[in-house]
Amino acid sequence: MPSPVNGTVSAGTVSPMLGEAWRLDGSVALRPEPFGALAYHFGTRRLSFLKTPELVDLVRNLASGTVRDALVASGVPEPHWPAYTRALEGLAAGGMITRRETP
Amino acid sequence: MTILEERPAPAPGRLVDQFERGLDAPICLTWELTYACNLACVHCLSSSGRRDPDELSTAECKALIDEFERMQIFYVNIGGGEPTVRPDFWELLDYAVEHHVGVKFSTNGFRITPERAAKLAATDYVDVQISLDGATAEVNDPIRGAGTYDAALRAMANLQAAGMRDFKMSVVCTRQNIGQLDEFKAIADRYGAQLRLTRLRPSGRGADVWEELHPLPEQQRQLYDWLVANGDKVLTGDSFFHLSAYGEALPGLNLCGAGRVVCLVDPVGDVYACPFAIHDRFKAGNVRSARAELTDFDTVWKTSPLFLELREPQNGGACTKCSAYDSCRGGCMAAKFFTGLPLDGPDPECVKGNAGDPGGLRPQPSQDHSHTGTVRNAPVPLTLLTRAPDRACDENPLTGIGG
Repeated sequence: MPSPVNGTVSAGTVSPMLGEAWRLDGSVALRPEPFGALAYHFGTRRLSFLKTPELVDLVRNLASGTVRDALVASGVPEPHWPAYTRALEGLAAGGMITRRETP
Repeated sequence: MTILEERPAPAPGRLVDQFERGLDAPICLTWELTYACNLACVHCLSSSGRRDPDELSTAECKALIDEFERMQIFYVNIGGGEPTVRPDFWELLDYAVEHHVGVKFSTNGFRITPERAAKLAATDYVDVQISLDGATAEVNDPIRGAGTYDAALRAMANLQAAGMRDFKMSVVCTRQNIGQLDEFKAIADRYGAQLRLTRLRPSGRGADVWEELHPLPEQQRQLYDWLVANGDKVLTGDSFFHLSAYGEALPGLNLCGAGRVVCLVDPVGDVYACPFAIHDRFKAGNVRSARAELTDFDTVWKTSPLFLELREPQNGGACTKCSAYDSCRGGCMAAKFFTGLPLDGPDPECVKGNAGDPGGLRPQPSQDHSHTGTVRNAPVPLTLLTRAPDRACDENPLTGIGG
């Protein structure tokens, strides 16, 4: 499937992120749009496009539990998990989401 | 137009389709705070110079910032005129930052003192863009005015000394400076700035100098080749998408965002489709509302007939039969309008050479705030007389002028 976030390409590997805890960075705001949402980082002035509503839910649901928990809570079908974790990795690389210590 | 440059490259197709239908709020909003300017650049897009007596008050500006915050317009590009000549400029800057509206402001640099630079460097929410239109004073000053080259470099030195990183150095590409692209890059690098190149538009006073200053066809090719080679290191505000017709698409959306993801709010609160289209033809409404101290930009953005029309699928007109149409999308709406060309035909700088002859039918400007008296630093264009004499034997150089 096409990547739900810009600039990333999905690959069918299992991400080590699944068992980790992440959250939306404190400097990032989400703005809902018909396609999903804009994510803006006030510190780096970077804008990213979350291209599906599921990805928006996923990013919001990161606040509690592991990435795996958030995927389940967001209703993302398991075959699509690699594409979504790949999207999260892209957001992590841009500082849009940051690691939490405990799930 | 920073935001379109700072996002990652879009995946092909889909996001552009979303943008064509418009977003709930703009992602690239330019807000010109004042028509007042301490300079008189020959190509000024907004024909700035004198303050308009009807400009938004400090309270109205703050109400508009409040509304931007409610609409989650994460940042705005502030320009003018010269925004720093507004006495409340720094107050409004602080107010925007406090209200989660980031600001990038464009300035000629005259007022970026070491003290101001230190304050600017202290906040992540503010970015600065210094205008420079020549890599040497000899090229810059005839466009922007005497002493403006030195002022811009002094401002950049102040920003660098204050620890500001990656501020922007913005260049309008003209016939005179296309040969200086490498030198511009070197200047930006020297000050730790990011180079931003934008297209000359025939808007405002730009219409008066368009024929002399817009890049020649071979220069357009030179610019395109330079952008292909260096595109990942420079910002362009997507302003050269008409050059994509040469072949390889340039980085960016390659889409006219006017009224879809882009708009302009001018100093009196009028909302236009884009910063290059200050004309009644492209005016969508005004942010002032029936209730004093409460703006209503949201309604203009979401419901103005002009913006709804711009979000409809556009008819490529004469361009649709051209093989390059999918790349250039017919070019820039404002460039066509202000050169008197049909909006559904080729761009005046169409790289396929398909632009028609407008036949001298340029639209009259619908506003002009140019200085009327003497201006300190006034630019002295390299070409003094731009129009042919009325008759071949006219001896008086003033014949036909001012009469």
